[in-house]
Amino acid sequence: MSPPDTSRADSARPLNGAGEALLTVRGLKKYFPIRGGILNRAVKRVHAVDDVDLEVMRGETLGVVGESGCGKSTTARLLMELIEPDEGELIFDGCKVGSRELPLKEYRRQVQMVFQDSYSSLNPRLTIEDSIAFGAQVHGTPKREALARTHDLLARVGLDPARFAGRYPHELSGGQRQRVNIARALALRPRVIILDEAVSALDKSVEAQVLNLLTDLKAEFGLTYVFISHDLNVVRFVSDRVLVMYLGKVVELGEAERVYTHPQHPYTAALLSSMPSMDPDHRTEEPPLAGDPPNPIDPPTGCRFHTRCPSIRPFCATREPPLADVERDHAVACHARVPASGYHDDAAAVPDPEKITA
Amino acid sequence: MVDATQTATAPLDPVAAPVRSEGYWRSVWRRLRRDKVAMTAGGVLLFILSLAVFAPWIAPQDPLHGTMLMRLRPIGTEGHILGTDELGRDMLSRLIWGGRLSLLMGVTPVIFAFFIGSAIGITAGYAGGIVNTLIMRTVDVFYAFPSVLLAVALSGALGAGLGNALLSLTVVFIPPIARVAESVTTRLRSSDFIEAARASGASALTIVRVHVLGNVLGPIFVYATSLIAVSMILASGLSFLGLGVRPPNPEWGLMLNTLRTAIYVQPWVAALPGMMIFAVSISFNLLSDGLRSAMEVRA
Repeated sequence: MSPPDTSRADSARPLNGAGEALLTVRGLKKYFPIRGGILNRAVKRVHAVDDVDLEVMRGETLGVVGESGCGKSTTARLLMELIEPDEGELIFDGCKVGSRELPLKEYRRQVQMVFQDSYSSLNPRLTIEDSIAFGAQVHGTPKREALARTHDLLARVGLDPARFAGRYPHELSGGQRQRVNIARALALRPRVIILDEAVSALDKSVEAQVLNLLTDLKAEFGLTYVFISHDLNVVRFVSDRVLVMYLGKVVELGEAERVYTHPQHPYTAALLSSMPSMDPDHRTEEPPLAGDPPNPIDPPTGCRFHTRCPSIRPFCATREPPLADVERDHAVACHARVPASGYHDDAAAVPDPEKITA
Repeated sequence: MVDATQTATAPLDPVAAPVRSEGYWRSVWRRLRRDKVAMTAGGVLLFILSLAVFAPWIAPQDPLHGTMLMRLRPIGTEGHILGTDELGRDMLSRLIWGGRLSLLMGVTPVIFAFFIGSAIGITAGYAGGIVNTLIMRTVDVFYAFPSVLLAVALSGALGAGLGNALLSLTVVFIPPIARVAESVTTRLRSSDFIEAARASGASALTIVRVHVLGNVLGPIFVYATSLIAVSMILASGLSFLGLGVRPPNPEWGLMLNTLRTAIYVQPWVAALPGMMIFAVSISFNLLSDGLRSAMEVRA
C-alpha cells in the first residue's frame, strides 16, 4: 500500500470546521416528478432536496441527520452525481464538477460512496476481488496491478485476501461485506467518501468495529467523510460537524458537540430529545414531536417546520427563515434565532428550545 | 482489528493464492444434477437429439420411399416396427429423420430471438426513460398479435419454405424475450452495485458488459428454453398448414397433418408424430423449470 499523500494527511482535523472547503454545494435542488393524468405529465413534484447549500471541509467528518424521507439519501446521490440535480452546482477543490478542469469521470475518482445495503451493493456474480478491482480497471489500471492493490486493501480492511478474495458476496457476513464495500470505495484513492447509512444495517458490535475501521482509514488515507445516518448517537461519535435536514432543507449546521449540547432549531431539539436516555430518571414520557413529517409533495409554506413547531408565530407559516449564523460556525434556519426577524416583537414568552430537550 | 465473524487466528498472508469459491455455473450444475425430473427430461432430449443427428446410420429404411402395397400398416408389422404412413413409408425412419427438421425449427428461431431480443431488451432496460418507451412500445405492437397468427401471417406473406418459416418464428419470439430482458434489466438497473459501478466512472457499455449481462442472461436463458417447446409446436403448426417444410421431407408437424386423414384407419400410427412433439416439448419445459430453480441462489 502506498504511503498516504502527505499533503492530504496533514490536513487532519480542522478545528471547529475552520478548514478549507473541499466540496462546496450551492443551491442544490431535486424535485422528483409524479406523473399521471393524460399525456403522463408531471402533475406534482416531490421536493426531495430543496435549495441546499453546504460545504464539506477538507479532512472533516460531516454528519447528516434527519428523519426518514428528509432527503438525506437524495443528497448523497446528488453529491455523487448519480442523479442529476434540477438546479445547483458542485465545486470540488475549486473546480466546478463537470467542467473542463474536472470532468465527471475524474470527479468520481475523487469521491466515492458506501451504500447501506451491503448485499445489493455487490454484484452477486463477481468475486470480491473482481468487484473491488473493477473501478481501478475502469480508470485504466492493468488487471494484475488492480488485483494486487485489491489484496492490499482487503488486508487493510481486515479481510485476509487469501481467504476472501475469491469468494462471492453471499458467502460473507454483513459486516464482512460492508468491509468489502469500504475497500471498493478506497480502491480509486478517493479524497471524499460518502457513507450513506453505511453502518445502519449492521448489528451493534459489528457496527462499532466498522466505525473504528472507518476512523483508522480516515487518518491513514487523509479522507473526508460525509456520514449520513439516522442514528444520532453514531453521528455524534464520528462527526466534526453536523447538518440537520428537515423536508429537503438544511435547518441547522454546526460543530457536532455544540449542536448536540445546545441545539438552536426546535426541530433539532426535538430530534435530540427523541434519543432514548440511559438514565431512568430522564425517561422520554411523551413523543417530543407529534405526527409524521408533512408530505414533501406539498411542503408547508414558510418555515417547513411550522406545522409541528412548539413555538410558532403566525408569520412562520408565510416567511421562510434563511439559514443564518447564530454563533461562530453554527447556522440555523429559524426566525426565533434571528434577532431582526420580528419573532420577539409580538410575544414576551419565548420557549427556550433547550427546554424541549429536558 | 478483526471482525468477530472471522477467526482471529488466520494470519494475513498476501502471497498465498486466494481460495477460489465454486463458480456460479458450477453450482447451478451441481443443483441441476440433483433434480431427477430435469435430468430425465435432459436425457430424453439428448436421446432424441442423437437419434436426429445420427439418423442416416440409425434409421432402418429410407424415409422418402415406400410402396403403396404396404400403406398404413399397424404398429408391430414385420419390417415396420412402428407401421407405415399413408404412402407406405416406414414410420420409424420418418420419425427419426423428422427429428432433424423439427428440432431445427424448434431451436434455431429461439437462439436467434434470444440474442436479438436480449440485445433489444437490455438496451431498453438499461437506457430507461424515453428510449425504453420507444423500444418497448414498438415491441408491444408485435407482442399484441397472437403468436400463431403472427407466425402464420408472416410465413404466408413471405411464402412457404423452411427459411421463411424460421424467419417468421424468430420474429414471433423476439418480443416476449425482449420484454423479459427489459424487465429483468430494469429491476437490476436500480440496484446499488450498478450505482456503485456508475459512481466509479464506468461507461454504460462497460457496466452492461461486466455487471448486467452476467445477472440477466440467466433468467432470459431460462425463459428462452421454455419457448423452444412453443417454437416446435408453432413450427409443426406451420408445416401442418403447408407453410413450413414441404413434402416429402419428414417433419413431425407435417406428418401429423398428412396422417390426420388416416386417424380412423390407424389411430396409433397417426398419433406417433404428435407424441414426439409432445415428448420433446414437455422435456424442454421440465428442463427449463429445473434450470430455473437451480439458478435461484439466495444465500
